[in-house]
This record gives sequence, structure tokens and C-alpha cells, in this order.
Amino acid sequence: MRHHLLLRVITKLLVGPILIFALYVQFHGEYSPGGGFQAGAIFAVAFILFGIVFGLDKVQEVFPPWLVHKLSAVGVLLYAGTGVYSLMLNSTYLNYSSFSPSNPISGQHWGIILVELGVGITVASVMVAIYYAFAARPPVINDEEW
Amino acid sequence: MSILNLVFEIFSWVAILLGSAFMVIGAIGTLRFPDFWSRVHAVSVADSAGMLLLTLGMCIQGGFTLVTVKLIIIGIFLFITGPTATHAVANAALVSGFLPKGADRFRRKIVIADNAAKKAKKKKRSPLKGML
Repeated sequence: MRHHLLLRVITKLLVGPILIFALYVQFHGEYSPGGGFQAGAIFAVAFILFGIVFGLDKVQEVFPPWLVHKLSAVGVLLYAGTGVYSLMLNSTYLNYSSFSPSNPISGQHWGIILVELGVGITVASVMVAIYYAFAARPPVINDEEW
Repeated sequence: MSILNLVFEIFSWVAILLGSAFMVIGAIGTLRFPDFWSRVHAVSVADSAGMLLLTLGMCIQGGFTLVTVKLIIIGIFLFITGPTATHAVANAALVSGFLPKGADRFRRKIVIADNAAKKAKKKKRSPLKGML
């Protein structure tokens, strides 16, 4: 690992800004290009970069596998729950305008933010879960046999 | 004022065209150079210079706005990541034993370092392997 000093320093430098940029894309999604899927992908990229450079154990200390699996369900539940909430307000499924009947624009903002948050959480955790599944496999060729 | 605008306009377009020329030259070098090391050299150096000049030209076009701030952030990001990616590629090639022509001296150095590390660790495993 001594050999990868430069990569480790640059990774430490970049993981924070990548996470902030993912949150920017996430919460700017209703005004400008961007949204849940892109934000989730960028968010997952930060963890995957950290895992590639520092190893699977270190990244699983930060973002343990049980949390990844729970969050991938939580995002879908948030999406579906938004729709069910509008059903409970005597409206159609995912009808955001029913959240605040006096000001439908504000209700639509809230609905889009919640749905995009659900999409973002699910995409990020599923991508990290796929990375864990690939990286946790035992190597086919040992280091000594190269 | 209009003369100042003209000067800024000319300067920004010179920067943008020069940056584009650097990018094109880097792309041609990547395609046409004979071996791996000269290709890496062409693409990394020309890309960094072209990216900086393009960002500078677009910053001048943007003026004092949010776009300029975003461009500066993009420029800093690319200025850090581009050379790092080149370093990772070149380092992987070097560690796996892919040396430039006429670099046998360097290969001997690697073998000497390898043997010294083997003696120090008294293990069969080489320190240069398994780093990829």
C-alpha cells in the first residue's frame, strides 16, 4: 500500500466534494437538470472510490452491508409512501397537489423532493451493494500466482 | 469600455482556440504515437494544458457570475483528477513490468529493490507483486 500514497491522498481530498456534489444534484433536481438517479450514482461513486483505494473492510466500517440492504428498501418505501399519503388525502396515487390544496405548487415541490430522495437513496445503496457483492468474492488467482 | 470588451473577447477566444488545438494535438498523439509511454505522455500533458486554457477562456466569457465559479471548481477538480488518473495508469504499467525502450537500467534497479525486500522480509512474496 506504500506504493499507492498519491492515490490515497487524492482520494481523501476528493471523497468529501463528491458527496457534496451528489447532495447538490439531489436537492437541485426540481429546478435544473439532475435528480435522484444521478445523485444516487454520484453518491455511490464516492463510496466505491473509497473502497477501491482503501480496501473493502475500511469502506464497510463506514457503510456496513446491513445498512446498505436496509436503505435500498427504505428508498422504495419512501417513494411508495408518498403515493399512499396522497391516497390517504382522498386523491389519486402520487398526486402531489393534494399535499397542500391551498398552494398546489408548494405541494408539488414537496412531493418531487420526497420522491427524488427515495430514488436517490435506493440507487446509491443498490450500487454500493452491487460493488460489495463483486468486491467480496474471493480472488480467482492469488497474488503469488501472477 | 468597448475597447476593453474587445480585448477580453479576443483574449478569451485565443485561449479557447489554443485549448482546442491542444486537445486535438493530444488526441492525434494518442492515436499516432508508437508505444504506451509516449501515448500516455501526449494525452496527459496536452489534456491538462488544453483543459486549463478552455476553462480560462470560458471564465472570461462568463464574467462575474455563478457560471464562472462553477467553471473554476470544475477546473480545479480536473486539474487534480487528470494527472492522478495518468499516474495510476502509468504506475500500474510500470509495476507490472512494462518498461519504456532503453530502460534496462531501471529494470535492474527494480530487481535489486525486489531482492532486498525479499531478504528483509524473508518471505516468498514479492513486494512489487500484488500492488496492482
